[in-house]
Amino acid sequence: MPVITLSIDDELVSGRADESLLQVIREHGITLPTLCHMEGLSERGGCRLCIVEVEGAARPLPACTTPAREGMVVRTDTERLRRYRRMIVELMLAERNHYCAVCVSIGNCELQRVAAALGVDHVRYEYLSPRLSMDLSHDRFGIDHNRCILCTRCVRVCDEVEGVHTWDISGRGVRSRIIADLNHPWGTSDSCTSCGKCVQVCPTGALFTKGVVVGEMVKDPGMLLRVLEGREKKEWAG
Amino acid sequence: MIRAELKRMAEEERQRQERLFCRIMVCAGTPCLSAGALPVLEALREAVAESRLDAGIEAVGTGCMGPCSRGPLVKVRIRGKETVYERVTPELARQILFSVVKGRRPPTVAALPPELPFFARQMKVVLANSGSINPERIEEYAASGGYSALSHALHEMTPEEVCREISTSGLRGRGGAGYPTGVKWNLARKAPGERKYVVANGDEGDPGAYMDRSVMESDPHRVLEGMALAGYAIGAEQGFIYVRGEYYLAGRRLEAAIRDAERKGLLGSRVLGSNFNFRIDIRTGAGAFVCGEETSLMASIMGKRGQPWHRPPYPAQRGLWGSPTLINNVETLAAVPVVIGRGADWFAGVGTARSKGTKVYALSGQVETTGLIEVPMGTTLREVVFEIGGGIPSGKQFKAAQTGGPSGGSIPAEHLDTPLDYESLEAIGTIMGSGGLIIMDETSCMPDVASFFLDFCRDESCGKCVPCRVGTIEMHRLLRRITSGTATMDDLYRLEELCDLVGATSLCGLGMTAPNPVVSTLRYFRAEYEAHIRERRCPAGACSIEPLPPGPEGPELLHAAGAPEEAD
Repeated sequence: MPVITLSIDDELVSGRADESLLQVIREHGITLPTLCHMEGLSERGGCRLCIVEVEGAARPLPACTTPAREGMVVRTDTERLRRYRRMIVELMLAERNHYCAVCVSIGNCELQRVAAALGVDHVRYEYLSPRLSMDLSHDRFGIDHNRCILCTRCVRVCDEVEGVHTWDISGRGVRSRIIADLNHPWGTSDSCTSCGKCVQVCPTGALFTKGVVVGEMVKDPGMLLRVLEGREKKEWAG
Repeated sequence: MIRAELKRMAEEERQRQERLFCRIMVCAGTPCLSAGALPVLEALREAVAESRLDAGIEAVGTGCMGPCSRGPLVKVRIRGKETVYERVTPELARQILFSVVKGRRPPTVAALPPELPFFARQMKVVLANSGSINPERIEEYAASGGYSALSHALHEMTPEEVCREISTSGLRGRGGAGYPTGVKWNLARKAPGERKYVVANGDEGDPGAYMDRSVMESDPHRVLEGMALAGYAIGAEQGFIYVRGEYYLAGRRLEAAIRDAERKGLLGSRVLGSNFNFRIDIRTGAGAFVCGEETSLMASIMGKRGQPWHRPPYPAQRGLWGSPTLINNVETLAAVPVVIGRGADWFAGVGTARSKGTKVYALSGQVETTGLIEVPMGTTLREVVFEIGGGIPSGKQFKAAQTGGPSGGSIPAEHLDTPLDYESLEAIGTIMGSGGLIIMDETSCMPDVASFFLDFCRDESCGKCVPCRVGTIEMHRLLRRITSGTATMDDLYRLEELCDLVGATSLCGLGMTAPNPVVSTLRYFRAEYEAHIRERRCPAGACSIEPLPPGPEGPELLHAAGAPEEAD
């Protein structure tokens, strides 16, 4: 792949022509907040937290789905972008129930980490507070829709890595819900292999392991890359 | 069918119609059908059979005639002279027919005067056949000159020449954005790919808009011919027409039209004896506004969840199943046979310097005659409302016009003389959109209007990106606070801030344009917002100022239908 040169925050950096802006920016050591992006999964471009300003573009662009191009002039940390990112996190927090104090993922939650990093200390929008259920029908895991931010990492990992597509979304807009199979209780799913990948990639406390205490509910984001790398090297080929 | 056979079919049909003493046409478009056009048509057919004059008189159902609020409409043509009757009942239809049979002058009681500005001020190009041909007979389309543009292009033009002709004509996308059609076609033509696709976007969800539905219902072959021309121009052999699920009649007529065209060799293999193969299939949407957006539309065609993806790559580079795909609005494609048939220069001679040709509008709201109209680009809003539409009923004042549906904005009375073209509308902060034109009088409350459109966008948001999914619902809540007189100035500030966020950071066109109704009403009617907030009154008298019920708007809004959600 040809090598390209672009400017990120007034510095010239190099990248490959097949990389996304996010990859180039991260390789360059800049932290961009993301919630729906996860290395090893297809890009979704849904959380809009990795937006950057690209010269010549009328609107900020999400770095994860924007291909890096020769000569791009990119800014990752302007006042406007910081304001937008804070507002997006506020909207996420207002959408469902994200009371950290009663969440199993407190201290190990990506949403919490991003909110703290962006300095979101209060939410100015009306909490929608939908009354959502928990599905505890699975033997080992549970899903609490109150904590879900609809990043669909679970849907993608189940489809693209585990290859069973147990998870999907039903409904649209603010009524969107993660469902198992054709909206059946997770525990009755015939397709679910109970591999637990969805639990490991979930950024919040929406998917969790049953029976663990808060301090133990640590997720392992490196799991996905280990699995993919192992497959690449045919480590488990029989 | 080869070229000569097409000509013969057209000629035979023309002669058949000339032999008729009288042709009675009943509008069988959706608005007239719902007003009772079917019993009228049946009554006429029975009466024709009873009078034993079937050889000389023909009663047919056609597509839309235009003034939908006056339906059911009946057009009587005797030796080239046409009279249109409004609000026809089966009884009146029989009277009209019998007076024709007995050689008397037909009754004038319900006849619309021929010089009615509604008809006289229009220029029908895309709608040329609407209301005068039977959309279910391919012969009638051929008799009106149909498929001759395709025949001409296939035998006498190269694909490059077809693209050049479209570029020269200045035709721009009628779906809303106004992207130059010729540029799009050339991009698709030059894109490398073994397989290419043509898609006609017949998904139209704006409140108050039904231009595409009428074109598909009234003249389905025109859309097919436009698609075939596009296919030839870019090198595609497969086309899809994406029809909104609610458009049952349009889908049915298109289906019949495709079957007839295939039977006659106008679609399928070796079209008109040439080496060009082109097949068209219908895909029906389930009724999601976001599926009018091109990437969601393609996802839906491929059988996936109708959600947008990020561009670039654009569909012309990577579209359906990774192949170059040309997506045009139904109205754009319907204009293509005219551009090729009458020539690019003729088409470019209509309209303004940068907006060429004509535009179809669905005129609705507080105006005397509502319906479907087609006018040259650059016709002023005043002409449309006060001449064609007949002005505001009940002696009320014009207040604003909403163009472009929920993605558009409102035009206040001070801009009534704005020419309706892409540039002029953009200059006053709105867009042409696909052509919905909603007229509002002095009793309309602008924050309430904005709230109506936001309510629509909130319901239609697909939920993929956060600003659109949650931003629109929070915006709608703030607007509801304003219209109920419970908002503070801080809420207005928050609303404006959200407009900025949702417009700038949403993934697709739905979210990017969702704040437009708020932004444009705030631009021209800010005082009304402030009156609701500071004085707790609605200047238009439309809102009931009372405190909002406490808490969320109710579980039905937040819960997916049938999902086992409630936890008590």
